Amino acid sequence: MNHWIIAPVVLPAVVAPFIIMVIRFHLDLQRIFSLATTVALCAISLMLMSQAAGGTVQVYELGDWPAPFGIVLVLDRLSALMIVLTSLLALAVNLYAIGSGWDARGRHFHALFQFQLMGVLGAFLTGDAFNLFVFFEVLLIASYGLMIHGGGKRRLQAGVQYVVYNLLGSTLFLFALGTLYAVTGTLNMADLAVRVAELPAEETALLRVGAVLLLLVFAIKAAVLPLHFWLPASYANAPLPVAALFAIMTKVGAYAILRMYTLVFGPDVSVTQGLVGDWLLPAALLTLAVGSIGVLGAREIGRLMAFAAIASMGTLLVAISLFNPQATAAAVYYIVHSTFAAALMFLIADLVMERRGGEIIAQRPMPQTGLIAALFFTGSIAVAGMPPLSGFLGKLLVMDAARDSDQVWLIWAVILISSLVTIVGLARAGSILFWESHDAAHVREPEPEPEPHEDEAEVEIAPKAPALPIVACFLLLGGLVALTVFAGPMMDYASATAAQLFAPVDYLDTVLRRTP
Amino acid sequence: MEILVSSAVGLLTACGVYLILRLRTFPVILGLSLLSYAVNVFLFATGRLALNAPPILNKYKEVAYTDPLPQALVLTAIVISFGMTAVIVMIALSSYLTAKDDRIDMTDEAGEDA
Repeated sequence: MNHWIIAPVVLPAVVAPFIIMVIRFHLDLQRIFSLATTVALCAISLMLMSQAAGGTVQVYELGDWPAPFGIVLVLDRLSALMIVLTSLLALAVNLYAIGSGWDARGRHFHALFQFQLMGVLGAFLTGDAFNLFVFFEVLLIASYGLMIHGGGKRRLQAGVQYVVYNLLGSTLFLFALGTLYAVTGTLNMADLAVRVAELPAEETALLRVGAVLLLLVFAIKAAVLPLHFWLPASYANAPLPVAALFAIMTKVGAYAILRMYTLVFGPDVSVTQGLVGDWLLPAALLTLAVGSIGVLGAREIGRLMAFAAIASMGTLLVAISLFNPQATAAAVYYIVHSTFAAALMFLIADLVMERRGGEIIAQRPMPQTGLIAALFFTGSIAVAGMPPLSGFLGKLLVMDAARDSDQVWLIWAVILISSLVTIVGLARAGSILFWESHDAAHVREPEPEPEPHEDEAEVEIAPKAPALPIVACFLLLGGLVALTVFAGPMMDYASATAAQLFAPVDYLDTVLRRTP
Repeated sequence: MEILVSSAVGLLTACGVYLILRLRTFPVILGLSLLSYAVNVFLFATGRLALNAPPILNKYKEVAYTDPLPQALVLTAIVISFGMTAVIVMIALSSYLTAKDDRIDMTDEAGEDA
């Protein structure tokens, strides 16, 4: 048994309590340990990905209990890709948080950060539906702490909303799992797949209820349209580096939809046939539309990025809801792109917010405005899906996969028009933020500051901005560029992932220890 | 028995949903607790209702037993919902103390009492 599979869960789970208990008063040590853990996670997950790339499915049985009885972790191509994505994102966000000093604005940032990573990585690796619930709770409870990190009135109020919404989601998740257990008598995903396929047609009413409830839960996590209300307020009011880390949380929902509805309620299962396609496609199109309209209407930079994130989830879910191997490969590619792009935009938003406040109005120019404007411009190209960056390739792949669908014209129209609206919205925000602020006629004078003491003014004229946040931004940008340059190998991997998802025989055989 | 358990789940859920739709944090937290009770009872019933049966298999003779897995699930769910309730109480309290207002919607104008 390959013990490295559990390392991405165990390592942060050990480091986080260590940070709380032993080095809680030493910020420098916390930073070193947190960063070292994140780097180690990157190395481990890259190694696991190189093992999974060949197409073998590996299973880790906790306590050596065989599959339907014990909890299993499963490493296949999709979960390997997701843990690599998570650890790379975590590295960039951690560098940014350290560089910008966000981690010093409240207590326990690094411990919560590690717990959050543990939850996310566990959710990607687990092969058991109830264990998925537990890891969801781990990542959520850490995210509650991170969300209100630094405090403040608006942030705490938004935090209460966020917690209430997610607790409701958790309750719904438990109802769904209970229903599934009542029908099938198991919660192991592989075992569920076998039992669901064997179930006689007249006993499937409850199963359908369970499948729909489960889809609702994952839709809440993925911020699909009627259930997206938690996202803009939470992301805009959270510390923006944390919001950048949360870019992976909506992907957990998308991942869970991909996993459950290819493995358990797969395309061959007649009971739930068309469930994902019929329900998710219109919702995803609406999500895309509302996200891009929100980008156009946002008056505050955090909200702008939150709606851009919703729009990118819309595109991703369109690809998932088409529910065939080609579209799923496009979705896998787009998951990577949209995580990096959304995180990059949140970090840039934080750079802007730290220098001139979050409102999108003309003000005096800020320090480093040229560099940040260039970053914003490049990030906008990626988010809006214009050539040459990976957003363009991702959208092209999704649209290409939609060609055989019945609603191809609707899908193409919504994707293209919403891209245009997003471009207009981002261009408007960018030109107000970076250009109009130079134009003396438009500058709205900020409130007069109290006169500084003369000796103070002499000492600190312009504090030098730290370089590390910019490095973190360029790291994410480098990820996007690499995704564009190596689009060929990446697409090969994505296609292989989709093929593995739609032929889950290997997965079932390995997990249930069946000899083929 | 069945009608008692199912109506209890239904009633708890209905009250919970009603309370969650209130404007202030206190009823909302109460509603969430009621919902978590409802889901606990529901989970307990997913292993079928068996009276006076131990959750252990007996290998010496044939005796009735009840499914142990839902009990383990309920235990996990209780622990998690307990922790979550503590967290939301703390966050709601600090939000109330900072904002001097315990409304759950984020409008700035003072509304009428819920």
